[in-house]
Amino acid sequence: MIESHLSLLIVVLPLLTAPIVAILPNGRAPWLISTLVSWSVFTLACMQLANVSTGNIISYELGGWAPPWGIEYRIDAANALVALIVSGIAAVIFPYALKSVEKEIPEQQHSLFYAAFMLCLTGLLGITQTGDIFNLFVFLEISSLSSYALISLGQQRQALTASYQYLIMGSIGATFFLIGVGLLYAMTGTLNMMDLAQRLPELYEHRTIHTAFAFIMVGFALKLALFPLHLWLPNAYTYAPSVVTAFLSATATKVAVYVMLRVIFSVFGFSFIENTPTDELFLILCVVGILMMSFYAVYQQDSKRLLSYSSVAQVGYMMLGIGFGSVLGLTATLVHLFNHALMKGALFMAIGALVYRVGSSRLEHLSGLGKHMPWTFAAIVIGGLSLIGVPGTAGFISKWYLVLAAIEKQYWLIVVVILLGSLLAVIYVWKLIETLYFKSENDSIQPETIKEAPLMLLIPTWVLVFANVYFGFNTELTVGTAEQAIKLLLPGVN
Amino acid sequence: MNVIASEQLIALAILLPLIASVLIVFADKQPNLREAITLITASLIAFIVITLAMRVQAGEVPALELFEVIPGITISFSIEPLGMLFALVAGTLWLITSIYSIGYMRGHHEKNQTRFYAAFAIAISATLAAAFSGNMFTLFLCYEILTISTYPLVTHSGTAEAKRSGRVYLGILLGTSIGFQLLAILITWSVAGTLDFKPGGILEGKLDPAYAGILYALFIFGVGKAAVMPFHKWLPAAMVAPTPVSALLHAVAVVKAGVFTVLKVTIYIFGSDFILSSGASDWLIWFAAATILLASLIAMTKDNLKARLAYSTISQLSYIVLGALIATKMSLLGASMHIAMHAFAKITLFFAAGAILVAAHKSDISQMRGLGRAMPITFMAFTIGSLSIIGLPPFGGMWSKWYLALGTVHAEQWILLAVLMISTLLNIAYLLPVAVNAFFAKPAEGETYTEIKEAPLTMLLALSLTALACIVLFFYPDPFYNLAVSAASATNGGGN
Amino acid sequence: MKYIVEHYNYWLVIIIMMAGFYTVISRGNLIKKIAGLNIFQVSVFLLYISIGNVKDGATPIIEEGITLYSNPLPHVLILTAIVVGVATTALGLALVVRIKETYGTIEEDDIHNQDQSL
Repeated sequence: MIESHLSLLIVVLPLLTAPIVAILPNGRAPWLISTLVSWSVFTLACMQLANVSTGNIISYELGGWAPPWGIEYRIDAANALVALIVSGIAAVIFPYALKSVEKEIPEQQHSLFYAAFMLCLTGLLGITQTGDIFNLFVFLEISSLSSYALISLGQQRQALTASYQYLIMGSIGATFFLIGVGLLYAMTGTLNMMDLAQRLPELYEHRTIHTAFAFIMVGFALKLALFPLHLWLPNAYTYAPSVVTAFLSATATKVAVYVMLRVIFSVFGFSFIENTPTDELFLILCVVGILMMSFYAVYQQDSKRLLSYSSVAQVGYMMLGIGFGSVLGLTATLVHLFNHALMKGALFMAIGALVYRVGSSRLEHLSGLGKHMPWTFAAIVIGGLSLIGVPGTAGFISKWYLVLAAIEKQYWLIVVVILLGSLLAVIYVWKLIETLYFKSENDSIQPETIKEAPLMLLIPTWVLVFANVYFGFNTELTVGTAEQAIKLLLPGVN
Repeated sequence: MNVIASEQLIALAILLPLIASVLIVFADKQPNLREAITLITASLIAFIVITLAMRVQAGEVPALELFEVIPGITISFSIEPLGMLFALVAGTLWLITSIYSIGYMRGHHEKNQTRFYAAFAIAISATLAAAFSGNMFTLFLCYEILTISTYPLVTHSGTAEAKRSGRVYLGILLGTSIGFQLLAILITWSVAGTLDFKPGGILEGKLDPAYAGILYALFIFGVGKAAVMPFHKWLPAAMVAPTPVSALLHAVAVVKAGVFTVLKVTIYIFGSDFILSSGASDWLIWFAAATILLASLIAMTKDNLKARLAYSTISQLSYIVLGALIATKMSLLGASMHIAMHAFAKITLFFAAGAILVAAHKSDISQMRGLGRAMPITFMAFTIGSLSIIGLPPFGGMWSKWYLALGTVHAEQWILLAVLMISTLLNIAYLLPVAVNAFFAKPAEGETYTEIKEAPLTMLLALSLTALACIVLFFYPDPFYNLAVSAASATNGGGN
Repeated sequence: MKYIVEHYNYWLVIIIMMAGFYTVISRGNLIKKIAGLNIFQVSVFLLYISIGNVKDGATPIIEEGITLYSNPLPHVLILTAIVVGVATTALGLALVVRIKETYGTIEEDDIHNQDQSL
């Protein structure tokens, strides 16, 4: 029973939980139910991945309507991996949320908060599962709308404007996507991705298809904060509640990158992209983005904002792999998708633990806390090393494949940029570490009252920290699944 | 016959210090227990490396393969003579340094001693793992762990100066290793399809000789720990660390890990035949030669004893790099031996410097006039260490210089021979006056040394041991000589 | 000329779309921005609906004697999109209310000035 409806349950379970949680009284019940649901979804996602990692493809017909008329959920290794990331991060973050949310969000909003969180999870998982491009738009809006609401719950008043800014830009992005989908439908008469992939090649020369492609690309570039369309991201991540920042940074942009992958490689096919300037454009934007955003990160005075700019730079790394369009490049993208979720998740959660104790994420308030909170500090160090890409951490594996892909294509300038980006990462990570470790404490926070973060925050953080190290040594899951996924994304190459 | 298989010994050598560092953290409140853990582990390690060394000399090639990280790349260890030589030096000297550091840290009332011993143990583990590593990936991994685990040691005092130095340290070491070395490794991987260390190299016939020079340069400069100018600044910066750190890590473990990597790359990635036939090192040699001379000249201008020793180390490291770059059998033999010989001499000098700091609270050479009479043992050891660095008989340092010089003669590089000779003169000029003035010069006006006594006993014991070793190694260099000979002959696949 | 006239629905869509987009970008008033966003979205709805029309097609209700129907699917899709649009607008307006409560203004420049002076 569960086996056959696996793919649907992953989406429906959190969707049904959301209204239940919303009507529950405030207190710990909403949290408990959400946590249990996130764990079951994670289990389901693991089963799903195990199912497709052998090269299997799950095709689930929603309501029994056969595609292309009905909506089809189509799972291969690529979606399964992304679904695993999203649900895995959720499963780690929900236990963490209890304490952090109690501290940062007024109690009367708790059940609504968890309901919105569940909807956000539904949306993100839905995007990964669906094989129907309009259905994808709907899930995109579910996740976006709930994340606007979640961001606006931040403690500072700037959270409201940040959320508003994100709402405007996000809606424009989504509408662009909708236009693109509409034009595709007008030309092909189908919304099913596999169907589209079959009908598009004969229309490659048609100008409407090019227009549709451009609209879809710009729309999602906005969503994944590809430089220079990243303006909403630093504010949104800085002012959102810590839990939300940790969750969104680890999942939302990853899902958007996945959609890019899917649209470019499965729907349009890379041979279409190669004849447009898209891949070159991606490479240029990524190169400029990596350098500029890393520079920006160096000069930030707020730890969350520093990591946000770093996120924009890291999105550049992921898109580089797509721009290469080679097996190694896509491996790098998929592996980095996974690894970046681990490192940014760990880092933002550790920062959240600091915020829990201090109530601020500004560097001047965090100075010297490393001595009072050694475990949190150690988590930041290891997460930071992973972000830099030091061997022995997950980040190194991504960088390894990315540089190899660039060497293979003989793009020496990009090789230099990637390594330069790592060096800039050393600078901004060390800025954080030095502040925590060397500076004397700021008196306004009463340093003598600062204790180590509670275990409820530390344990989930360290789960991700360990994952960062584990996946730095064992790449069977990441690289193995990526290779499996690429066989389908780039047919005919291997 | 062997009670414990060599495989397990490798694992033990790497794991024991790690376990020790955890135990040290738990023994935070009991300093005696904590130090006991360090000493016991260090003794075990010394025992293990000596056992392994004997087995390697008997012709065994102990290997340990752990697991595959990326398809085709494994974490694996395999002990060949060069790595054994390095491990032997680092492993035995850790024991002596541990004895020394207990006296030093207590005598100098350092704070955060637990963190110090824990990080120290991790650094040793990384050093041994680097020495044993069976492919370039494992070596790079250990190289970076070594960099990061020594960072808290360098910034131990937590002052603004320590923080600044920490930045330089980390900036140069991480910068060069990510910017150049990683790139070189990736290019090697994409060209050769393997990163395993093979006698005779893995690149010949796969890499266009025209690019060999560039790749080799990426390796040489990528190994920032070898301190070839212009990437040498981190070493003087690292001198803010407590003296035992400077002694073991910045005269032996970390810097030797650098030149060790250079030698490994030369012998097992490129192979001397390929280097010579492609002319990869032709222009790099002059960087090493310039470093030897310039660093010696800068050393003369330094009044702070540790800074002077640091520049001396930079100069001496480039001897080894030079030996690697000349890439003849004789020069590689000299370079390998210099790893050991320089280690024993330089650690003696640092031990002495630390003893002077603890006993007399002096770090500037100009204030040490006449101090020798108050601390005769310390300064005797310092003299012996200096003479060994200079390369005079009857001290161990003579051998390595001898073979390095022979190497330049074989390669008919007369200018390089001259560089070695001039550098020897410079060594005399910057090292001997320290000892001579301490013994024979009058103290500065108004200074009396009646109250100054020798440093604590454990420190004296350590520095006497290493000084003695400098002499013994002249008469009995065999353990290191034999290993170095087998290492050097691996460079062209075992042929002549 | 004939080409332009025959594709009048696209021109209409483009004009409305640009009007909406321009409003979103150029206005500093948060409510006006949302109004602009709405106009922008409506233009896309029109695009969908107009392409669903089949020449001489009848309303897609099955009836005897009629063989040619308009395509109903775009209308259904747009129904969903309208719901999404309403939700977006509602959320946006709710945010504007909260912003007005905390900042006392809904002009972008004033809000910006207040945060700068913090």
